[in-house]
Amino acid sequence: MIEFDSVTKVYPDGTTAIEDISFTVEEGTTTVLVGPSGCGKTTTMRLVNRLEEPTDGAVYFDGENTRSVDEIELRRNIGYVIQEIGLFDHMTVGENIATVPELKGWDEARIDDRIDELLELMALPREFRDQYPTELSGGQRQRVGVARALAADPDVLLMDEPFGALDPITRDDLQDEFLAIQDRINTTIIFVTHSINEALKMGDKIAIFDVGEIVQYDTPHEILANPATEFVEDFIGENRLLKQLSITPVSDVMDPVEAHADQFDDVGGTAAAADGGERLSDPPSPSTDLRSSFITLLEADRSMSPVVEDGEVVGVITESGIRSHFRDGTEGA
Amino acid sequence: MTTLLASPIAMLPALVAEYVDFAATHFDELVVLTIQHALLAADTIAIAVPIAVTLGVATTYDDRAATVILWLAGIAMTIPSLALFGLLIPFLGIGSPPVIFALVLYSQLPVIRNTYVGLTKIDEATLSAGRGLGMTRRQRLRRIQLPIAMPVILAGVRNAVVIVIGVAAVGAYVGADGLGEYIFEGIRTGNTTMIVVATIAVSLLALAVDYTFGVVEQYLRLRNGETIDQALGTRFLTTLLSVRNTHQ
Ligand SMILES: Nc1ncnc2c1ncn2[C@@H]1O[C@H](COP(=O)(O)OP(=O)(O)O)[C@@H](O)[C@H]1O
Ligand SMILES: [Mg+2]
Repeated sequence: MIEFDSVTKVYPDGTTAIEDISFTVEEGTTTVLVGPSGCGKTTTMRLVNRLEEPTDGAVYFDGENTRSVDEIELRRNIGYVIQEIGLFDHMTVGENIATVPELKGWDEARIDDRIDELLELMALPREFRDQYPTELSGGQRQRVGVARALAADPDVLLMDEPFGALDPITRDDLQDEFLAIQDRINTTIIFVTHSINEALKMGDKIAIFDVGEIVQYDTPHEILANPATEFVEDFIGENRLLKQLSITPVSDVMDPVEAHADQFDDVGGTAAAADGGERLSDPPSPSTDLRSSFITLLEADRSMSPVVEDGEVVGVITESGIRSHFRDGTEGA
Repeated sequence: MTTLLASPIAMLPALVAEYVDFAATHFDELVVLTIQHALLAADTIAIAVPIAVTLGVATTYDDRAATVILWLAGIAMTIPSLALFGLLIPFLGIGSPPVIFALVLYSQLPVIRNTYVGLTKIDEATLSAGRGLGMTRRQRLRRIQLPIAMPVILAGVRNAVVIVIGVAAVGAYVGADGLGEYIFEGIRTGNTTMIVVATIAVSLLALAVDYTFGVVEQYLRLRNGETIDQALGTRFLTTLLSVRNTHQ
């Protein structure tokens, strides 16, 4: 959907921000650009909606060179959350969100409905519509920024360190919420961050930047299992295996219920177990990550647990299953 | 000695009584002159502001143009008003036209300067967001820069109005309407009371207009979501218009 073909960007003052970068972003996926500050992430992102023009090479959008597309039209079809949020403080929250639909000439009733829809999507109370951004907290302002970028239902969403300025708890909440939203909107997302943990959490694909170049472009699993260079390994930092567990959902490792039918007193409906440990009040679901399920098992002193979804047992997660995944994951490294 | 020192103070109640008496007996004429004075100022501002704001916007496009325009507007302010009226009479005749022309010239600097400052001192991130969302340069000017700069521009207009009301009094010398007529007649006939009363009327008019503009400026700031200490008049105006409701 978006393709960088040997793109180089040299700023007028002679700074080479990126050099000979090539990668492709698939439709409907989230691609994270991650790397230390000043390595060219923002520049790469701004090349997509032509806020910058490549010095060399080309950027393609749906197979078409972006240079041949009207830049204003292009930007209105690409949502953009800038690094500093940049809300229009002189407009109400509603007016902020209405920006792109208004530029596109939507009729008033449609804009009106859309504002309400987005407030709901971003879990903002309806009363915020008529309030000014200066009255909101950092996390709320960030939500408004995302709502404004999504307003005209763009094909692509660019997010430049959207959660960077938030406190860790708010950031974690927003990340989780945004992952859920991502499933609902099916937009192609390019997400910039300097945090490898955020990249691993948010990305389908991750491009790791070293000064001006991409050193590895892969899935989170592949990056954790097979870091391409020492730089990548250093960048991932400590606890690689733990990080791997954190991004692996239970559904990747769980056994079918039938394989352990004899272990449960009531396979069909409850989370009760017969392996001697405590009952689990909050058993994992298929989307729970392995790290927290493993902790759940340890805390309850059990070797296995049913995996429950909508009140139904849909599988069984076992300690030995996790262990073997752990081993498999490290074998390639 | 004591009589010399005491006399002006002792005379004060008598003087005040005299001024009040003069104002009361000439009330109708004073009202007419004040209205004429205000209308002259209003005509001036109506012509001056569009020109100055346009020039102010132009200055934001080109730094060199900015320097030249601000320099010229500054020079214009230094020309003595009587000299300027005299220079204009051959072209515009006597009466209001040369006075309005000169006053328009005097109003330029404060409004151009404030427009320039208001438009350029806008947060870079805000403008960058506007560009990223697909606003053209014109749309950024109309939707972001001008609304945010409006209170600042208005402060410049407020500045200009006060200058205009003051200088307009001199216009009577070349036949313009307004309170200046009383001042010059007072000078001609040696009637100090007439001069003082007319001067007080000019000052009161300037203060009233200044306050009104101050209230409108605060109202615009409120509409832009700023938090400010509201003047009494602003609170009255916002209650009247109930800002938040008109702003949906
Ligand atoms: N407008 C600009 N003019 C000159 N140099 C710039 C400009 N924008 C960014 N740079 C430089 O380009 C490099 C990459 O910047 P950027 O893309 O912002 O990195 P990141 O977003 O990864 O922190 C940095 O060295 C930065 O100083
Ligand atoms: Mg950046």
